[in-house]
Amino acid sequence: MTPIDQDLQGVVLDEALALDLSELARVCGASDQTLSLLVSEGVLRPEGGRPQEWRFSGVQVCRARRALRLQRDLELDLAATALALDLIEELEALRQRVRALEYQLGRGG
Amino acid sequence: MEYKDYYKTLGVPRNASKDEIKRAFRKLARKYHPDVSKEPEAEARFKEINEANEVLKDPEKRAAYDALGDQWRAGQEFRPPPGGGTWQREFHFRPGEAAEFSDFFSSLFGGGLGRGREEVLRQRGQDQSARVRIGLEEAYQGITRELRLETPEIGKDGRVKTRSRTLRVRIPAGVAHGQQIRLPGQGAPGIGGGPAGDLYLEIELAPHPLFETEGRDVLLRLPIAPWEAALGASVKVPTLAGAVTLKIPPGSQSGQRLRLKGRGLPGSPPGDEYVLLQIVVPPADTEAARAEYRRMASAFAFDPRAKLGV
Repeated sequence: MTPIDQDLQGVVLDEALALDLSELARVCGASDQTLSLLVSEGVLRPEGGRPQEWRFSGVQVCRARRALRLQRDLELDLAATALALDLIEELEALRQRVRALEYQLGRGG
Repeated sequence: MEYKDYYKTLGVPRNASKDEIKRAFRKLARKYHPDVSKEPEAEARFKEINEANEVLKDPEKRAAYDALGDQWRAGQEFRPPPGGGTWQREFHFRPGEAAEFSDFFSSLFGGGLGRGREEVLRQRGQDQSARVRIGLEEAYQGITRELRLETPEIGKDGRVKTRSRTLRVRIPAGVAHGQQIRLPGQGAPGIGGGPAGDLYLEIELAPHPLFETEGRDVLLRLPIAPWEAALGASVKVPTLAGAVTLKIPPGSQSGQRLRLKGRGLPGSPPGDEYVLLQIVVPPADTEAARAEYRRMASAFAFDPRAKLGV
């Protein structure tokens, strides 16, 4: 396997990344159809209009993987997945906000 | 290896119906799913719940498990009975999935993996994920980290083993809290000549004594004296790249934010540093200081509560 004396360089899943549909499918181990359904339900929001022009940022890659995990592990349908994902992300944003505000007030970490 | 009490894991009696098991699993899965849960050890708990469900939801696997008898206790040293029994038949499940499960599970059900028909099943290895905790300065500059990972592997005998390995990973400058890095091909090895899975690292920024972050932006609380706020001042403030001089405009108030553009974590676009002004009142702990405050009180016709209407 990998020798230890070599530094591995990963891909940061950030805004700079732009995968097309088939690349995303390969990364997620899911079919194009499954992912297209996630796009049509609004779970994934790629740049570009037609499926051939879709570009998925790193944030969308994380969303896609999480959506597929939730679907599989909790047996959620598409609508429930979309709802769960939105709520989880809102919760994360709020937690981050609380962290920043608590810092501002001189409390907590 | 340790005996696993799957009924206890799901919190159901040994005679639970299929529906009861399903309900118990769903409830626990929602509680401990790593994407949803804030519970400590959620990931480990979720794996246990999943493994218990994998066995108890399937009548054949459940029967094989029940055949071990009910005299076992969770955590007790377990040795599978020699020479075969009900559990020695071929069980059906996705091998990649089984690689996630315990030694106990694979001793019962893993015997069929990689043997007979399963051998030709070419399958991609599971993705793995790990958390990497780094300091803010390390996130700013980038850092090479050595990681020790436990990777499940299916041996030649079809049994799942855990192998420990060490990777050296370059974490580039500018990663934010919660951001993920994908390392293609560094997950669990494939089965039957299939490609390896990927490794996902999630960045966790350790709390910093001075700064807090919000994405790539950096926040700094800056204490200033009342006269600096009132008259304006040039003060030195720390940034991740070293100290810079910041101009505080006259008439500033506590809670105001000043932006140092591009002084946050690097990236495209780079983050900013937000300086939060905090006026600190000097202590009136000498007669001279108290006299000075009294002089100010009479010099200013100042009512800070004018808007409260009382």
